[in-house]
Amino acid sequence: MKKVLTLVEAITHALNDAMSQDDRVILLGQDIGKNGGVFRATDGLQATYGEQRVIDMPLAENLIAGTAVGMAAQGLRPVAEFQFMGFIYPAIDQIINHAARMRNRTRGRLSCGAVFRAPYCGGIGAPEHHSESTEAIFSHIPGIRVVIPSSPARAYGLLLAAIASEDPVVFLEPKKIYRAIKQEVTLDKTPLPLDQAFVLQAGEDVTIVSWGATLVEAQKATQQLASQGVHAELIDLATIKPLDIQTILTSVEKTGRLVIAHEAARTGGVGAEIAAQVAEHGLGYLLAPIQRVTGYDTVMPYFQNEVHYLPNAKKILAAVQSTMEY
Amino acid sequence: MIKKSYPFQIDSWQFLDENSQLHGDYSIPTDTLLALYQHMVHTRLFDQKAIALQRTGKLGTFPSSQGQEAIYTVLGHLMHTQDILCPYYRDQAAFLLRGVKMEELLAYWGGDERGNAYVNQPHDFPISVPIASQCLHAVGAAYALQYKQQKRAVVATIGEGGTSKGDFYEAMNFASLYRLPVIFVINNNQWAISVPSSKQSATQTYAQKAIAADIPATQVDGNDVFALHHAMQKALQRAYQQEGPTVIEAVSFRLCDHTTADDASRYIPQADRDAAANKEPIKRLQRYLMENHLWDEKQEQQLLETSSHAINSAVERYLQQPKQPPESMLEYLYAELPEALLDQYAELEGNT
Repeated sequence: MKKVLTLVEAITHALNDAMSQDDRVILLGQDIGKNGGVFRATDGLQATYGEQRVIDMPLAENLIAGTAVGMAAQGLRPVAEFQFMGFIYPAIDQIINHAARMRNRTRGRLSCGAVFRAPYCGGIGAPEHHSESTEAIFSHIPGIRVVIPSSPARAYGLLLAAIASEDPVVFLEPKKIYRAIKQEVTLDKTPLPLDQAFVLQAGEDVTIVSWGATLVEAQKATQQLASQGVHAELIDLATIKPLDIQTILTSVEKTGRLVIAHEAARTGGVGAEIAAQVAEHGLGYLLAPIQRVTGYDTVMPYFQNEVHYLPNAKKILAAVQSTMEY
Repeated sequence: MIKKSYPFQIDSWQFLDENSQLHGDYSIPTDTLLALYQHMVHTRLFDQKAIALQRTGKLGTFPSSQGQEAIYTVLGHLMHTQDILCPYYRDQAAFLLRGVKMEELLAYWGGDERGNAYVNQPHDFPISVPIASQCLHAVGAAYALQYKQQKRAVVATIGEGGTSKGDFYEAMNFASLYRLPVIFVINNNQWAISVPSSKQSATQTYAQKAIAADIPATQVDGNDVFALHHAMQKALQRAYQQEGPTVIEAVSFRLCDHTTADDASRYIPQADRDAAANKEPIKRLQRYLMENHLWDEKQEQQLLETSSHAINSAVERYLQQPKQPPESMLEYLYAELPEALLDQYAELEGNT
């Protein structure tokens, strides 16, 4: 079945399809029941699957994460929703100290096949603490997977894969594009690979790597570049941990130029890891220094100034031009 | 004007007093009583051996449970194998009764992850070092049991210091909301490393913290196997019969350092320790058994011999266990080793 969906609708479809085929899948989070979540990602699911499988949790993020760890270790497939990424921090104890290492510290006796979902990123004029992009915190942690979809089709396939995974997955949803783009999605219950970057457009002149809402800006930049005769290869990183560096290296070998665009602050961001690995394994391919287009090394500004913080197509274009002119 | 009042009450239970005199009408079959006694002695000998191994460089940091053996012994004895224990790190008596091997416990404290692999115990969670975090696993596990309609119970153990953490309250709140088959056992051993109970909480009991979640709670003398047996039996029955959670505060005294890395003489007054030593659970039960001619010196000697022999054999197995290869640190991280880690895996393999 094919359907034209927004990203958040694709999330709902993935949750529904996972729940319909596996009764171990349990959703837990704040306001996810009747209200369907503050972004409506779980809309209608409690009506379909009941209160036992779609749990309106008490207002305690650490509880949500710890309960999910306990459920997962005893054979359920919990999918926990955190209302905003800025509120996931109380759950970090459970995610880092337990979810990420349950399999390792029991030598495989217990595991934690849980998904920790959270809307992330800025761009919607939300209040303080509602616009975080701190994915690098999680990408630093061994034992978890960190996945960021950037289109309805990938949201559907990647979430199915995350739920099916035996590993804990932090699944970050770019809320700026929850409803900004619509796309035909094939609802065939087929998961996408969780450890693979996607080449969205082939090109020979420059490689652009991005993820989340920034990827949409990178797409705009790529189109403008094409009209100027510059053929960019656009890579949707999708899974930021484990990192599929091979796809990036293969591309950079061809293009000789790399621009990385992400919304998170620059220092210690995932872009830094990509740049380091390309320098380690592909320095000889490079015809120009690697460019990063990122948020600034500051607290996410209140929304009056967020437009100046966020990377956009114009900034990406400027970076590409500077690398082309090097 | 007052529209309504909500009265609360916490009962504190004791059957076997400090002088080993039994009061009230609760009884435990003699063979059970003897088994409990023998296991408490065995656990103390195991603890002593573990400390000796640490002092001679053959074990890492180890937390003794001296003086608190009754709590974990009665718990381990009453729990069914298919129940789930969410322990902290002073539960060795319970672990051993649940099928965890002595050499596994030694491996854990000896720096080997295989110590958590529990070949004979598939369900239990491993030792939880981050304080109180295990309470949240317990409610998640209990929810899973309830969802699967299985009549099994989950037990989380925690120290009195741990009850200061939000995790404890969050877990109790959720357990009560869904009437989960879970028991929270607080070992109030009076000391959280060097912080005494008087600086931990202003409440008269730790059990009363359960009132905030509307969970039935009771305080028991943690050195009295009868009171522990009574409370834990009742709590487990409640769990099996889907009647909801229970909180038990067992009052004991930490007659040992926090761990081998600690020196309690810096902060526990010797007089307090001496006074507590007179109330400790093993001596108390031994005196009762001997006074009632259920146990004698000859049996005691035999127990010490048998137990020491078993412990020494386990120590041998622990010491002779071949080390894990260096690359094992990556092998269990994910269900399958990601391609991104192949280089690091190869590098570690080369380290052998």
